[in-house]
Amino acid sequence: MSARVPVPRTAKLRAGLVIGGFIVLFGLLGPLVVQDPSRVDDIGLTGPGGGHWLGTTQTGQDVLAQLAYATRGSLTVGAVVGVLTLLLSAFFGIVGAYAGGWVDEAFSLFTNVMLVIPGLPLVIVISSYVPDKSLLLVSLVLSLTGWAGSARVLRGYTLSLRNRDYVLASRVAGERRWRILGVEILPNLIPLLASQVVFAVIFAILGEAGLSYLGLGASGSFTWGTMLYYAQNGLALRLGAWWWFIPPGLLLALFGAALSLVNFSIDEVINPKLRDQTRAARRGWRMSRAQLEKAKEATL
Amino acid sequence: MTTVEARGIGKRYRKFVAVDDVSFTLEPGRTTALVGQSGSGKSTIAKLLLQLERPTTGQILVDGEPVARRGAAAARYRRTVQMVFQDPYASLNPFHSVGHHLERPVRLHHRDLTGPQVRERVLHLLERVRLTPAEEVARRRPHELSGGQRQRVAIARALAPEPGILIADEPVSMLDVSIRLGVLNLLATLQREEQLAVLYITHDLATARHFSDDILVMYQGRIVERGPADEVILNPRHEYTKLLAEAAPNPERRIKNLQA
Ligand SMILES: Nc1ncnc2c1ncn2[C@@H]1O[C@H](COP(=O)(O)OP(=O)(O)O)[C@@H](O)[C@H]1O
Ligand SMILES: [Mg+2]
Repeated sequence: MSARVPVPRTAKLRAGLVIGGFIVLFGLLGPLVVQDPSRVDDIGLTGPGGGHWLGTTQTGQDVLAQLAYATRGSLTVGAVVGVLTLLLSAFFGIVGAYAGGWVDEAFSLFTNVMLVIPGLPLVIVISSYVPDKSLLLVSLVLSLTGWAGSARVLRGYTLSLRNRDYVLASRVAGERRWRILGVEILPNLIPLLASQVVFAVIFAILGEAGLSYLGLGASGSFTWGTMLYYAQNGLALRLGAWWWFIPPGLLLALFGAALSLVNFSIDEVINPKLRDQTRAARRGWRMSRAQLEKAKEATL
Repeated sequence: MTTVEARGIGKRYRKFVAVDDVSFTLEPGRTTALVGQSGSGKSTIAKLLLQLERPTTGQILVDGEPVARRGAAAARYRRTVQMVFQDPYASLNPFHSVGHHLERPVRLHHRDLTGPQVRERVLHLLERVRLTPAEEVARRRPHELSGGQRQRVAIARALAPEPGILIADEPVSMLDVSIRLGVLNLLATLQREEQLAVLYITHDLATARHFSDDILVMYQGRIVERGPADEVILNPRHEYTKLLAEAAPNPERRIKNLQA
């Protein structure tokens, strides 16, 4: 590729990448160094200190160890759903819109059907029918119910791109149909794809946490959601065991915020007007304040 | 040397007739102007000639033969007819370098060339449209160029397959007034050097008269007047052409009117 998508290196993007990066690193490396998260100890519920930096749960399990594995679990869900959403929405959204004709009709009908199927209730129904769920199954269900919105967005944008003059120009140049899609159209979709994937990851991690909190998540694996679920079951709040529920809750919130920050920056790439808006608004205010002053002076 | 003929072509979008029974011939070495107001169907004619749209009636003939829509003959036709689009801000892909825009048509239409030969042709094309230093311009991306420079890139791209027929759809209407003449003169020079058949689409009678041999006047999808350029401008017959000629800025007449 001879050119790059321009990425504004804003404070928002930097903050998002740094926070998100730390959490990803923790999820990748943490499980390698902490103790077994399931190991029971008879010290029971104890606060941070001693051999346990973040204290222990009711059954004496190390919270830090659980947190490391939970981070890895939640990020796995996010990654799987992100990739599947990318593939499904790109296929049904972009390929459909580009092919046009009955392919587009069929794909967009299918997308719309998937869109009106209410996601979360369906997930709950499926989850309650399958008693022994792996993390992968939960991710699969979340991707199947979540990709349609992205596909719609991608379809709309692809429809507008395929009639741009530069696409017509490459048809006139004799470029092959699928090469036009891959080389002329797809690169211009990268920012939008990225923002859709980031959104899907947020949706997946929060969705999984919600399911787990309701007790409908994957059985036998650690995620932020399952930690919160067990903390709630163990009456952590009532017992004042803040070290048990605050860490997973905080990481969940921080990671969501980090991804949103990244998403804002991507949005600014897609729509440069957004970037100037706050500045323009500020300028607008200053002007009207000056006018205000002038108006005041005039009346005095 | 190729001649392209439109024979009674028409295009309907649902009930709306955008182009109705239009015939003309584009011959090597001649520039034909297609004049008409916005919405009269000029760009639709360009799209029909380029096979971006299928005519609902009529035929397009190349050297007397109907054009093929598929296969080797269609590829040859692609190479024969090229176009410069109206808006240079929309006709170049923001993601790709200037070099990419020229490399692709060169490669597509000269498959036997090696990498360095392609490169050499790209640079030569840039020099022909007076974009120098060519190496540096080839590396740039569209947003780093001015409107005039972009349109020169678009012209170079259209020349890359070595076409016989060039369609220029209002090539300067989006450009600054001060640089319009430069771009039009460049087109005229290239046309003379290559003995191109040019279809110059415009709504500006003055440049149509100056740069073309024949003029077709279009009104609501039909050709309402045609003939040698001077003839059409000086003795307009159709009401609509008279109106256009009246509206066109004509310094001599204005001075005469002021003196009177
Ligand atoms: N794809 C299309 N679908 C429906 N109407 C179209 C389409 N393309 C062009 N038209 C209509 O055809 C008419 C002629 O358009 P066009 O050839 O672009 O005019 P010009 O280039 O002379 O300004 C316009 O009224 C336009 O709205
Ligand atoms: Mg037009």
